[in-house]
Amino acid sequence: MAGAKEIRTKIASIKSTQKITRAMEMVAAAKMRKAQDRMQASRPYAEKIAQVIGHVAAANPEYKHAFMTPRSEIKRIGYIIVSSDRGLCGGLNSNLFRHLIKEIKDLQAEGKELVYCTIGSKALGFFRRVGGNVMAQTSHLGDAPRIEDLVGTVKVMLDAYVQGEVDEIRLAYNTFVNTMTQQPTVDQLVPLAPGADAAELKHHWDYIYEPDAQVVLDNLLTAYIESVSYQAVVENGACEQSARMIAMKSATDNAGDLINELQLIYNKARQAAITQEISEIVGGAAAIAN
Amino acid sequence: MAMTLHIDIVSAEGHLYTGQGQMVYAPAVMGEIGIAPRHTPLLTRLKPGDVRVDPGNNQPQQHFYVSGGMIEVQPFKVTILADTGIRASDLDEAAAQEAKRRAEDALANQQADIDMAKAQVELAEAVAQLKVINQLRDTR
Repeated sequence: MAGAKEIRTKIASIKSTQKITRAMEMVAAAKMRKAQDRMQASRPYAEKIAQVIGHVAAANPEYKHAFMTPRSEIKRIGYIIVSSDRGLCGGLNSNLFRHLIKEIKDLQAEGKELVYCTIGSKALGFFRRVGGNVMAQTSHLGDAPRIEDLVGTVKVMLDAYVQGEVDEIRLAYNTFVNTMTQQPTVDQLVPLAPGADAAELKHHWDYIYEPDAQVVLDNLLTAYIESVSYQAVVENGACEQSARMIAMKSATDNAGDLINELQLIYNKARQAAITQEISEIVGGAAAIAN
Repeated sequence: MAMTLHIDIVSAEGHLYTGQGQMVYAPAVMGEIGIAPRHTPLLTRLKPGDVRVDPGNNQPQQHFYVSGGMIEVQPFKVTILADTGIRASDLDEAAAQEAKRRAEDALANQQADIDMAKAQVELAEAVAQLKVINQLRDTR
């Protein structure tokens, strides 16, 4: 019985791997529900505040916040990159990084300098490998990230913008399309881009601000930046869980296929061994009879 | 046909209300404001209190409690970005009373380890919640 024992141990080891991947799939599925709820709960707020910001960017306020004035020359660009903390979630992070690398190469070819802030340990690991100026990082936010945990990292980038160290800030994360699809996305965070419906408000106009423009706009912009970065993180979280669920599901399926195949090989080997034994016995008996 | 406003109320925790209305009342920091269609663009902060939406057509007013936030007014569009918002009918009177009592306690024995500013904010929120509940009860 050549190799039958080896095949049996192999099957046993694949079976235990399959058990682990199946458990991870179920955990990810449960977490995905919660992550999606979280994402959907904060989405309306993020959309509405983005709309308001779009209007504000199209208005002509007497007070111009630093975030509202595009710089004439863009030398340094800051990237805030949202990634997951853990692996085993399919191509989620690598797709995002591949998307980024392309952009980064193009920008570097144009002679722009780049600095990074990372959220999640995978992005930090990535820039450690490929090299890059990481200004700040935060990781291990857990399944229910809180805005307070994010603002520190984001603020480093915003401060750099206000001080003129960077001239533009972009936010890179995965958007959740559905459970099967996650879309790597890069948005311009600062300076603010006028909203899509700005065209209909073309004429010169401005808000009435109470109590005054500076207070209101500072408040609004802080809320906006917080909401956008929070939304990016929860969205990425939902992406992570669903990507992991899919990855673990296919791993479980693959393990099942592998087990079936090995089982077949094992059966064949067993049968071959039995046939051989019988023919040996028959051969032996015939020799004695003669 | 009467002119209407498109009203959106969202909070950080979720979507609260979307619909047409004839008038919106909101507790702005400088005092309560009422917004009718064709209002001039306005951007202001809200303090804790009651947001009321008058849907017109003799429908009953809708009440919402907000703990602060922002309001953006465009001529035919009002967006309320609440920090936390609750449909007024979901407000819990007992919880609000309890919160008020706690905040008052905290203010009464002002020890060094109690954050005064925080206690004051909590008290303001609890009082605003109770006010909304009382108003809601009167209208019923």
